[in-house]
Amino acid sequence: MSLIKERSIDRATQETLKKAKKENIPTCWDRLDAQQPQCGFGLLGLCCTVCNMGPCRIDPFGEGAAAGVCGANADTIAARNLARKIATGASAHSDHGRDVAHAASLVTKVHSHPESHPEGHRHHHDYEILDIGKLKLLAAEFGIDTAKPEEQIARELSKKLLEEFGRQEGELVFTKRAPLKRREIWKKLGITPRGIDREVVELLHTTTMGVDNDYKNIIATGMRCALSDGWGGSMIATDVQDVILGSPEPVRGKVNLGVLKEDQVNIVVHGHEPILSEMAVKASRDPELLKLAKDKGAEGINLAGICCTANEVLMRHGIAVAGNFLQQELAIVTGAVEVMMVDVQCIMPALHEVAACFHTKLITTNSKARFPGVSHVEFTPEKAYETAKQIIRVGVENFSNRKKDRVNIPKEEMDLVAGFTKEVVAQMLGGKYRGTYRPLNEAIISGRIRGLAGVVGCNNPKQTHDFAHTELVKELIKKDVLVLQTGCSAIACAKQGLLLPEAAAQYAGNGLREICDAVGIPPVLHLGSCVDNSRILTAASHIISEGGLGEDLSDIPAAGCAPEWMSEKAITIGFYFVASGVYTVFGASPFAVLGSKNLTHYLTHDIEEIVGGRFDFADTPVKMAELMIAHIDKKRKALNLKPVI
Amino acid sequence: MKKKFVYKVDKCLGCKSCEIACAVAHSTSGDLFNAVNEFDALSPRKKVYASSGKNYPVSCKQCDEPQCVSACMSGALAVDPKEKNVLYDETRCVGCWMCVMACPYGAIKPDKKSKKTVRCDQCKDKDEPQCLKACPTKAILWTSS
Repeated sequence: MSLIKERSIDRATQETLKKAKKENIPTCWDRLDAQQPQCGFGLLGLCCTVCNMGPCRIDPFGEGAAAGVCGANADTIAARNLARKIATGASAHSDHGRDVAHAASLVTKVHSHPESHPEGHRHHHDYEILDIGKLKLLAAEFGIDTAKPEEQIARELSKKLLEEFGRQEGELVFTKRAPLKRREIWKKLGITPRGIDREVVELLHTTTMGVDNDYKNIIATGMRCALSDGWGGSMIATDVQDVILGSPEPVRGKVNLGVLKEDQVNIVVHGHEPILSEMAVKASRDPELLKLAKDKGAEGINLAGICCTANEVLMRHGIAVAGNFLQQELAIVTGAVEVMMVDVQCIMPALHEVAACFHTKLITTNSKARFPGVSHVEFTPEKAYETAKQIIRVGVENFSNRKKDRVNIPKEEMDLVAGFTKEVVAQMLGGKYRGTYRPLNEAIISGRIRGLAGVVGCNNPKQTHDFAHTELVKELIKKDVLVLQTGCSAIACAKQGLLLPEAAAQYAGNGLREICDAVGIPPVLHLGSCVDNSRILTAASHIISEGGLGEDLSDIPAAGCAPEWMSEKAITIGFYFVASGVYTVFGASPFAVLGSKNLTHYLTHDIEEIVGGRFDFADTPVKMAELMIAHIDKKRKALNLKPVI
Repeated sequence: MKKKFVYKVDKCLGCKSCEIACAVAHSTSGDLFNAVNEFDALSPRKKVYASSGKNYPVSCKQCDEPQCVSACMSGALAVDPKEKNVLYDETRCVGCWMCVMACPYGAIKPDKKSKKTVRCDQCKDKDEPQCLKACPTKAILWTSS
C-alpha cells in the first residue's frame, strides 16, 4: 500500500494499480523496478554509440577512459547525445504539423473541385474550414491576398505551409511573430530556423562521427532545430488545427478514470494527432452505431481520451479525459474499455500485453506506429470518417465480450474548464470585439499578478505520478503566478481540481484571486496539447507588443517548467523556450548531461547571457517553485515594477 | 593468501558491465556475440542491486567463517586449508540449496536446470576475475589485504 502511494497521488490510479497487482498485470512502475539500477553512463550522457568503433564510455571519475576511440570527450559525447534527442523531439512535433497541413490541403480540394467528389457535395464529416477569421490572419502572414475567395485562400495557404517544411533559405514565416529584438538575437547567433526539415537534418549531420566537436556549437545548432519546432512545426500544427477543426473556446469537461462508463461502450483515443480523434468524436455520434450499441445492450457510446489527443478533443468538444500518460495501461486495467485506438507518440509498447489480459481491442491507425500482433486500420484523411466509424464499430461489437466481474471503474472524476487559447485569453480580458492583453499586462505591472508560468510536460514513474505537477502549480498560484498549462501536466492538475474557477478562492494568492474573480477564469489555464506550447510563444509575443513589460520575450516575468518529463519532445520544447529567452526548469531526472561539467554549466548558466533563457534542474516541486519565483522576481526588478500586492 | 573483492560503492554506476562479463566468462563460447544465444549458460554470478541511491555489486565475499561451507551436506564446499578461500566441487553438489539459504549476502544462485548452485569462482581458470577488467570506473578491487 505504501508503495502504491509512492507511485501516484491520484486515487483512481492507486485503486487501479491495486487491481493490476491483484490480477498480476505488470505496469510501467513494475518495469521501472526491474530496471534498477539504471546505467549511470546513460544517466550521465557519457555513453556514445554513434559509430562502430564504439560503443565508448567516459569514466566520470577520471580514472578510466577520458575519450572515446575517436577522441570525443565527455563534452562532445553528452552534447551530441542531447542534440539527437532535440532532433527526434522536433521531428515528432513537426511531422504532426505536416500531417495537419496535408489534411488542410484536402479540405481545399473538396471545396474547390466538387466534381472530384462522386456525390458532388461535401459530407458533413469531411474536414472544413471552421475558423475563417484565423484562416485569413494566417493567409495575411504568408502574404496571400485575403480578398480572394476563401477556398482559394485555403488552397494557397496549405501549399505555403507545406513549403515551410522543405524551405532551404530565409526564415520560417512564423518566426516573424517574435519580437524584433528576439529575432535580432537569433540572426546574430545564426540560429533563425530556415526550413523545418532542414534544421532536423542539419542537426543530425552535425552529430555524426567526426563532424561537430564544439559542444557550444552543437547546442546552437540544436537550438535552431528546436526553434523550427516551436515557431514552425508545432505552431503550424496548432494554428491549422484551429482553422480546420475549430478554434477552442472555454469548455467544461471531466477528467480521470471515473469518466469511463459501466453501461456504455467505452472507446479510448490515445495519441496525438486530432485529425483522427476529431473524426472519432463525430463517428461516436453516428446514429447507425448508436443503434447498434443499443442492440448490443449498451446505453450509448462513450468516447474518452488519453494524453494529448485527449486534450485536443477536450478543448474543442468537451470530450472527457480518462487520464494522462501514466494512466494509459490503467484505463485498460479497469476492464471496461472496448477499443483503445492509437495513432502516434507516447503509446507504450506494453499496451498490447495489457490489452491481451482483457477483452480490449487495441487498434493502431498510423503507418508510422505499428505493433506486432495488433490489428491495424490505416487512417487516411481522405477516408477519415469511414475509418473512424469502422474502428468504433469494432468497439461496439466488442461490448458483449466485456467480463462484468472483471470491471472496476474508479469513482474519481473531476470537473475542469479548458480551452484557453491565446485568442480566448485576449478576448476574456479585453472583450470579444477588441481582444487585448492590456489588462493582463496591467495586472502584472501593478503587481496583482506576479508573473506567468508555463507548467507542461509528461509523467514519469521515476517521480510520484502527478505529485510534482500539482504541488508546483499550487505553490505558484499561491504566490500570484498565473499558470499556463498544456499536455499531461494540465491533466494532472485538472484531476486535483486546479482547473476550475473555484480553485482561485481555495489556492490563489490575493492578487491573482482578484483577477480570476473579476474575469471569471481559473488560476490555471489549460491551453491544449503539447504542440500547443506554441500558443504560449505567440501569447508571450502579444504581451511584448502590448507594451510595458520590456522589448523581448526574456524581459517578461515568466518561467517554464516540465516537472515530470520523460519524452524527447520535452527536451525540444525546453530548448525552444530557452532559445526564446525563457528560464526553464526540468524535474524528474536531469538531462543526460551531468557527466560533462562544461556542458552542464553552459546550459544552466552561461547560455543565459547568449539567449536570455537558461535551464535548471530540480527534484522537488518546492525547489522548482522557488527557482521559478526567484527568476520572476528578478525580471520584475529589472523592469522596475511595483512590488507584488 | 586468499583474495577478496572490495567495491568502491560510490563509483558504481550500475551499468552492469560486470554482470555481462561474468556471464560471458562462464559461457561455453566465451564471447559475447555467441554467448547471448547460450541462454542456459548465461548466468552471471555477480549482480548489481540498487538501494538508497547507491549501487551494490554482489558476489561471493569469501567470508572468514563461510556459512555456506558449514551448511553444505555433500562436501561440495570446503575451505582451502592453505589459502583459506572457499573451494567448490561442482560434481559433488546435490542441489539441496542449503548454501543458498545460508549465505547472508544472497550471493549464491540455484541453477534449476542443472540442479546445482552457481557461485563466483573468481574466474579460477583465468588470470584475474573478468568483472574486474570489465568495470569502466574501476569500482571493483581484488585484493588480498
